Amino acid sequence: MRIRHPLRQVIPFAALLPMALTVIVGYLGTVLWSLRISLTNSRSFPSDTFVGMAQYTRLFENERWLLSLHNLALYGVLFIGACLVIGFLLAVFIDQNVTGEGVLRTIFLYPYAMSFVATGLVWQWMLTPGNGIEQAAHQFGFAGFSFDWIVDQDMVIYTVVIATVWQASGLVMAMMLAGLRGIDGEIWKAARLDGIPTWRVYLSIVLPMMWPTIATVLLLLSTAVVKLFDAVVAMTQGGPGTASEVPAKFIMDHLFGRANIALASAGAVVLLVPVLAMLAPYAYARSRKGRA
Amino acid sequence: MKRRSYFNPARIGIYAFLISAALFFLLPLYVMLVTSVKPMEEIRLGNIFALPLQITLEPWRDAWSGACTGASCEGIRGGFWNSVAITVPSTILPILIGALNGYALSFWKPRGASTLFGILMVGAFIPLQVMIYPLVRVLATFGLFGSLAGIVLVHMIFAMPVMTLLFRNYYAAIPHELFQAARIDGGGFFRIFIHVMLPMSLPIIVVAAIMQVTGVWNDYILGLVFAGRDNAPMTVQLNNVINTTTGTRLYNVNMAATILTSLVPLAIYFISGRWFVRGIAAGAVKG
Repeated sequence: MRIRHPLRQVIPFAALLPMALTVIVGYLGTVLWSLRISLTNSRSFPSDTFVGMAQYTRLFENERWLLSLHNLALYGVLFIGACLVIGFLLAVFIDQNVTGEGVLRTIFLYPYAMSFVATGLVWQWMLTPGNGIEQAAHQFGFAGFSFDWIVDQDMVIYTVVIATVWQASGLVMAMMLAGLRGIDGEIWKAARLDGIPTWRVYLSIVLPMMWPTIATVLLLLSTAVVKLFDAVVAMTQGGPGTASEVPAKFIMDHLFGRANIALASAGAVVLLVPVLAMLAPYAYARSRKGRA
Repeated sequence: MKRRSYFNPARIGIYAFLISAALFFLLPLYVMLVTSVKPMEEIRLGNIFALPLQITLEPWRDAWSGACTGASCEGIRGGFWNSVAITVPSTILPILIGALNGYALSFWKPRGASTLFGILMVGAFIPLQVMIYPLVRVLATFGLFGSLAGIVLVHMIFAMPVMTLLFRNYYAAIPHELFQAARIDGGGFFRIFIHVMLPMSLPIIVVAAIMQVTGVWNDYILGLVFAGRDNAPMTVQLNNVINTTTGTRLYNVNMAATILTSLVPLAIYFISGRWFVRGIAAGAVKG
């Protein structure tokens, strides 16, 4: 017989105390705090003077913020699109019984092990006009070749796309490859019997069947998009001018550089909205499943 | 599987695509390596893809112990040891707490715990920027801001969702009878955890450790904000070396510093290979 100690009942609760504190203080508390600050006129220190939605109005009148949102949207579409296409193509090609599969997989994925800072710095150096790829092209005899996107206000965001796609598409490849391998071989036999061309099978049958993998990849990539900060700091520091500004960097600058924590918090709350919108249907489905 | 005939146009096309893709992926690594062993004169004159005419290890020595960040010129070795000091506890503690959480959630199911876990999972997606300022204030209140303990605590907070999820899913697959048997034998909460569950958890601990070490080592933003000047991790120092230098940029030193900073995660990746992928994939599948 086991004796029911009152203490024993408490232990599981006590063990979860760090988690409870993290949830209540770390997650819920900080979100409410940021929300509160965003409604005040705080500058370097939190203040208790509430100004309603004034910070949000200021935020959306701020050219730099609007530019950063625009950059994020453009970056997000291009980054996710390119990662999906390149990752899927690499996975499909690797899945053709090629020799040296292990080596190829290793090569495609190694950038993911590196930090965004390191990745950004390498690409910065390769893309610097007069120094990297441009100079190399000149020496190969293409005297008129010019590649100055990284210092061009209109093109700089594309260089961030190049560097981060280089970093992350290998991961997409790895996950897509796992997805491809999970598909029943019978499908291929049936398609061959029916004489359907391979590319058609991939596009119309395999791709739709890989929806769960693609959803996971999308989730992973979109979280990375919202977080985009390190790579921009390392590559362009938001420049030239403010041309490659992104929301995460805008918020950090106003928190620590420009002593405008209310405006920064408003920006952070705005960033939270699309995340919650994405999560709400998911959380709802989960709670429904839990009840059933 | 699919067709097996070799040497037809389709196969040549497949290899052509894969090899050119591989070259594109290897290019930056090649440029980094080659640049890091060239003297500056050669970099100024030659193109970035050319092999070095004269190999020098001077840039590596400079990057390690001579490169300047702002006023001091001590290289990034300080950052390396800071990163080690941050990474070791930021790996061990979150794994222990994650394992404990997963264990309590899977087997003891205290009331309200699953709600807590649900909020934690949603919390995993909250943008960092929403949490940063309040966390700065909380840590400052306890005198932990800018300290080693502070940055470790922050890493623990941000690792909590994934670590808990990993272990919860792992323990969910363990037969409940095993736990019942241990209880009938008189095992208490911690006895069962330490003597039964932890020894069984080795595979998932390895995955979690790979995730944490790479993640913490590669972190930039948390280290920048919370670690303070004395504990700045290698990534922060690397960016300082390269982006705040005035005058001529020492590209060879910069590239050597970049490689040095990436060495630990790359080594883990090359050694652990498949586990690395499994870790990321497991972390990605939330809920």
